[in-house]
Amino acid sequence: MTQPLDLQAVSAHYGTTKVLEDLSLSVQAGELVSLLGASGCGKTTTLRLIAGFLTPTTGSIQLGGRDLTRLPTHKRDIGLVFQNYALFPHLSVLDNVAFGLKQRGMTPAERRKRAMAMLERVGLAPLADRAPGALSGGQKQRVALARALVIEPPLLMFDEPLSNLDAKLRVDMRVEIRQLQRSNGTTSVYVTHDQEEAFSISDRVAIMNAGRLMQFDRPEVLYRRPANTFVARFVGFENILPFKVIARDGDMVTAETAGMTLRLSQAVYGAIPDTFLLATRPDGLVVSTDPTAEGLPAQLGLRTYLGRAYQYQCETAAGHLIANGSLTTPLEAGTNVKLVPMPEQCTILASEGGR
Amino acid sequence: MSDRPHFLLIAVAALVYLFLMLPLVIVVGAALSDTTYLTFPPQGLSLRWFENIFEISAFRRTIITSLQIALLGTLIALLIGIPAAYALNRFRIELPKWLGTLFVLPILVPEIVFGFALLKSFTVGTGAPIFLSLLIGHTLIVLPYVVRVISASLASFDFSIEEAAISLGSAPVKTFFTIVLPNVRAGVIAAFILAFITSLNDVSVSLFLTGPGISTLPIQILAHVEQFFDPTVASVSVLLMFLTVAVMAVVERTLGLTFLAK
Ligand SMILES: Nc1ncnc2c1ncn2[C@@H]1O[C@H](COP(=O)(O)OP(=O)(O)O)[C@@H](O)[C@H]1O
Ligand SMILES: [Mg+2]
Repeated sequence: MTQPLDLQAVSAHYGTTKVLEDLSLSVQAGELVSLLGASGCGKTTTLRLIAGFLTPTTGSIQLGGRDLTRLPTHKRDIGLVFQNYALFPHLSVLDNVAFGLKQRGMTPAERRKRAMAMLERVGLAPLADRAPGALSGGQKQRVALARALVIEPPLLMFDEPLSNLDAKLRVDMRVEIRQLQRSNGTTSVYVTHDQEEAFSISDRVAIMNAGRLMQFDRPEVLYRRPANTFVARFVGFENILPFKVIARDGDMVTAETAGMTLRLSQAVYGAIPDTFLLATRPDGLVVSTDPTAEGLPAQLGLRTYLGRAYQYQCETAAGHLIANGSLTTPLEAGTNVKLVPMPEQCTILASEGGR
Repeated sequence: MSDRPHFLLIAVAALVYLFLMLPLVIVVGAALSDTTYLTFPPQGLSLRWFENIFEISAFRRTIITSLQIALLGTLIALLIGIPAAYALNRFRIELPKWLGTLFVLPILVPEIVFGFALLKSFTVGTGAPIFLSLLIGHTLIVLPYVVRVISASLASFDFSIEEAAISLGSAPVKTFFTIVLPNVRAGVIAAFILAFITSLNDVSVSLFLTGPGISTLPIQILAHVEQFFDPTVASVSVLLMFLTVAVMAVVERTLGLTFLAK
């Protein structure tokens, strides 16, 4: 019952406004893929295209070899979980869950049996006769989940399913969703704007921006090796500096920015092109008071306390940078320091036009 | 400050209610009077003026006509108005200004003018039967109410509920009946009652569209008052009130109780 999903060069418009451009995305059978991006970047639009509430202007959508592009929604066999639950207010919890089975022409007895079994799995069997209005947010979302799962769809889709829940429940529910998805092996597309949520439960994450796919990979790769400045900033590489290589000596490269030089090893960073961007997280710039350290000269500005570290706003010849320093030696504003890049918290990006 | 409303507030509210109820009391009183002229307080108690309604054939006929027109007109208006309101809300159609105006036009334009326009353009123009003209006229005057009331109800309906049903395999038209309609039942009931009463009590449009042999109850009341000053008018008014209440009760019973029980 598990099938791969394939979007090929899909574009979508609302009226004359293009909201999705040339989106290609392949989700393997049984995989959970998240669409991650800021509000308005086109995540919901992508789901609505796959669900069939919207028709793409170009491109095609395939599910397990079936061409969905022109198929009406009710024939697509896709389980949907909405942010606002979208339970049927006039039906009991049990009838909500049994609704999809009824559409499949199942006998009342069989429907009841399966719906109860599904409610059992999400821990809501005792509430089967309640009205949805009498449930908490978390319970409603479980019913919605049960309702989508019980039809054993080849594809499950979630649109920000946890946004209306409080923080603690959000974490519990996402684990629960992942476990159910894993044990059923249902191919899933999960939309969220919460990076931690996406990274924690997904096999792969598609990062989107302004209707385009920016990068599609495993969370580990996105986190360590973003492909472009957008994704780099998105995953927390807050400092991005343009460099020019001025000397090469075997693996060692000397690069310059705004009169400051840095020696970097290609053994550590991989091949370094003649011009590149060095992206670092605040944790990846070590604040050193040793004047001989191999780093970027900087003057410390405002210090803030993060709990696990102090964070400094730093001024350098190349502009403003953010670095985290150790808790043991708080430094005062105005101190001259060196910012030493830590290779495991830095990455090299290709220069982008105009930057 | 206590939770109890101020006694002045209660007094004012009581006065307002009294003021609203007073005409009803007077009409009911006058209808029960044993005299041959309209008077209040009633002198002697009798039901003869109620009996008189049914002895006058014009009243018998117009009561039937009024009920038929109100019921049919309301049903037709619902048949047109519900899908219209649904489409407007579902697809968040931004109506061109003129079209939005068209929907409130029958409310804004004095009904007298509307009735006259209908007479000129329709009855005279096409020579349509009087009953049909009345039916169309009444459908048109209640339609805006239906669209408005149902729209208000649909405005608070979350259409992702409908989408959930469709995604679970329910065809769109079927979904409308099994999912959307049950959730706007309150609006449909309100629209029905409002439309029915509006139609039943309409004078100005009917005035133009009634003709030889066919009239509505309010028009017949007017005609009667021009000639007679007996309590029949009062008893007919009471009857009209009871009919209205009865219809509301029936609608509430058939559509309403299941709705309340959900
Ligand atoms: N019904 C609509 N009509 C016009 N524009 C829309 C509509 N729905 C969404 N949009 C626009 O399309 C873009 C993508 O929206 P959406 O897919 O909902 O984003 P996301 O789910 O990522 O927040 C946004 O710019 C939004 O304003
Ligand atoms: Mg969205």
